[in-house]
Amino acid sequence: MKKQKGAVVRMRDCRILREGRIIKEDLWIRNGHIIDPEVLFFEERRSADISVDCLFLIAPGFIDIQINGGFGVDFSSCTEDSIEEAIALVRKRLVAYGVTAFCPTIITSSPALYHQLLPHIKRSEGGLHGAEILGIHLEGPFISKDKKGAHRLELVRQDLDGGMSELEETYGSLKETAIITIAPELRGCMEAIRYLSQRGIVVSLGHSGADIVLAQEAVRNGARCMTHLFNAMPPFHHRDPGMIGLIAQAKAAPALGQGCLKALASDLTSASAAQEDVVYFGLIADGVHTHTASLKIAYRAHPKGAILVTDAISAMGMPVGRHNLAGVEIEVTGDTAHIAGTNTLCGSVATMDRCVRSFLTATQCSLVEALEVASLHPAQLLGLDRRKGTLAFGADADFVVLDQDLEVLATFIAGQCVWRRDEERTRHFVSTL
Amino acid sequence: MRLVIVDDYDAVSEWAARYVRRRILDYKTSAERVFTLGLPTGSTPLGMYKKLVEFHRAGTLSFKYVKTFNMDEYVGLARNHPESYHSFMWNNFFKHIDIDPKNAHLLDGNAKDLVKECDQFENAIKAAGGIELFIGGIGPDGHIAFNEPGSSLVSRTRVKTLAKETIDANARFFNNDVSQVPHMALTVGVGTVMDAREVMIVITGSHKAFALYKAIEEGVNHMWTVSAFQMHPRAMFVCDEDATLELKVKTVKYFKGLVHVHNKLVEDHTENTTEERSSLATQLSTEG
Repeated sequence: MKKQKGAVVRMRDCRILREGRIIKEDLWIRNGHIIDPEVLFFEERRSADISVDCLFLIAPGFIDIQINGGFGVDFSSCTEDSIEEAIALVRKRLVAYGVTAFCPTIITSSPALYHQLLPHIKRSEGGLHGAEILGIHLEGPFISKDKKGAHRLELVRQDLDGGMSELEETYGSLKETAIITIAPELRGCMEAIRYLSQRGIVVSLGHSGADIVLAQEAVRNGARCMTHLFNAMPPFHHRDPGMIGLIAQAKAAPALGQGCLKALASDLTSASAAQEDVVYFGLIADGVHTHTASLKIAYRAHPKGAILVTDAISAMGMPVGRHNLAGVEIEVTGDTAHIAGTNTLCGSVATMDRCVRSFLTATQCSLVEALEVASLHPAQLLGLDRRKGTLAFGADADFVVLDQDLEVLATFIAGQCVWRRDEERTRHFVSTL
Repeated sequence: MRLVIVDDYDAVSEWAARYVRRRILDYKTSAERVFTLGLPTGSTPLGMYKKLVEFHRAGTLSFKYVKTFNMDEYVGLARNHPESYHSFMWNNFFKHIDIDPKNAHLLDGNAKDLVKECDQFENAIKAAGGIELFIGGIGPDGHIAFNEPGSSLVSRTRVKTLAKETIDANARFFNNDVSQVPHMALTVGVGTVMDAREVMIVITGSHKAFALYKAIEEGVNHMWTVSAFQMHPRAMFVCDEDATLELKVKTVKYFKGLVHVHNKLVEDHTENTTEERSSLATQLSTEG
């Protein structure tokens, strides 16, 4: 049966993640959205046009807010001629790993390259052509030289004295930008953070040597996230926890002299901070870049702030073996990529579905929580949680069908099956949907 | 009157559900021959709905050609409020079965003109050819639907102010906050239920025992509105042992002596089974 526009699809007897619980329920979809069947029944007096038995776990589609490339391409190594093709390839292939939306990430680059690349990466809906683009993540160049990680030193910028005009001179238009990773210790940074967050761009702190006082100030100015927690920041020390200390507080503490200790104490005990006050943090749960104990510590300290990111490089999704990527010979094994013949890690090659599984194992969190760190939390960070990262009525019908081992069986975007595992048990999804 | 006494709540649920199935199957429903069912809400009929859903899932009962009319609904409570009778019916029954949404009738407690809403409901029942089987439960004060003590025994569908006892009893569903409990409801009248060709009342638990006694062992009285069904040509009470606690031993013994007759009412007639099953199979297969 061919699905007509406006047709109501009912996926029966699934286990779905809704309102923080996994319930045995049917999922109803029309015109790309999840709908309330009671409204359909009592107000429209209609039933489903197509019914499919599903019987599997259905979770909101995964959202990756930090991904540098994959399947052989690296966004930051592209030119204005190749970037669109690279994005098209990655978004098309990502759906096989349950990712229905992502933020293509550009690491520290020259102003000239930003001006070339950014106009070619536009927010756009997902579908058969691949995952939705939620906006660009600009990681650098306003970061600390000491914590630059794999970013190129000569392109890292020392300060942000020029304020918003410097941001625009560097990047060009920020219209399509969703997230900017910044080191808060840079001169002029606080003003930039205020400006960016007022514009609705998420400021994420990272590649930084900031201590906790400075990090808190950045949060008070509007920063809402930390980029790949533990990586490219000072290690935790009990007298100077550094930026990592932010996970101990659900929201920004007031400045010293404003009853700081009292407020901090209430932060630590208050379970429900308003969502906009939550400080989120990206975690690379590939089992390599963050030790499982560290994942567990961060998650336990602040479960509602955790966001899984792959931070994947071009080698993600490549078969095991040697590959030549941007002139460098690399060796991909099961879950790591090394520069060939060395022990040097050259980035994460974990896919999002694998990160979810390894996060679940590492933190021993509940299934709901493991799924929400990859869906609801990034959607909340981006202010999209009414339509993404949730299976609530009215949300986009972007979801992933998982088996009992959390292997992706099928991925849906706007109610359309955009990928499925080629097996007998998934055949009926495509034959009917 | 028939009084069917079985062991406990589960047995009442099963018996009532089997009776409903028997009636629908015997009716030989089709597009031209639609069975009309009056339905209650509440904890008593919940088990019966579960059983009916089981029958449907097992493929032994289709509601494709069944029309339903619900007894009552609160006034001013959001349709999607978890305590609304719309929500109850959706969650416990309608979403699990193959009923055509156009055939499920519930009073709209949020209608602009409540009197008109009630009149239209009466008309819809008439247009459907009347109700074949009306199923009801009762309150401890013997009310049927929201026909509280003192309601006219010839009443029709209308707006009713709830008795304080009912409001207090319902507070447990509204965070124990009486102020949140709706104080008015739309309800079918006693006369509306009396017009059904058959009435089945399900009663369980010792707290309903006095009401059952008033319903069947004393006279017809508007203070115990359920007693009106003594005047109905085909009324049946299905109850558990606990609900009989206030009845005379003689009454209980007499009706328990009829158990083999009553159980015939819910038997699967073996001689018809094949034919019925095949007609049911045809119905189910056309669902798509």
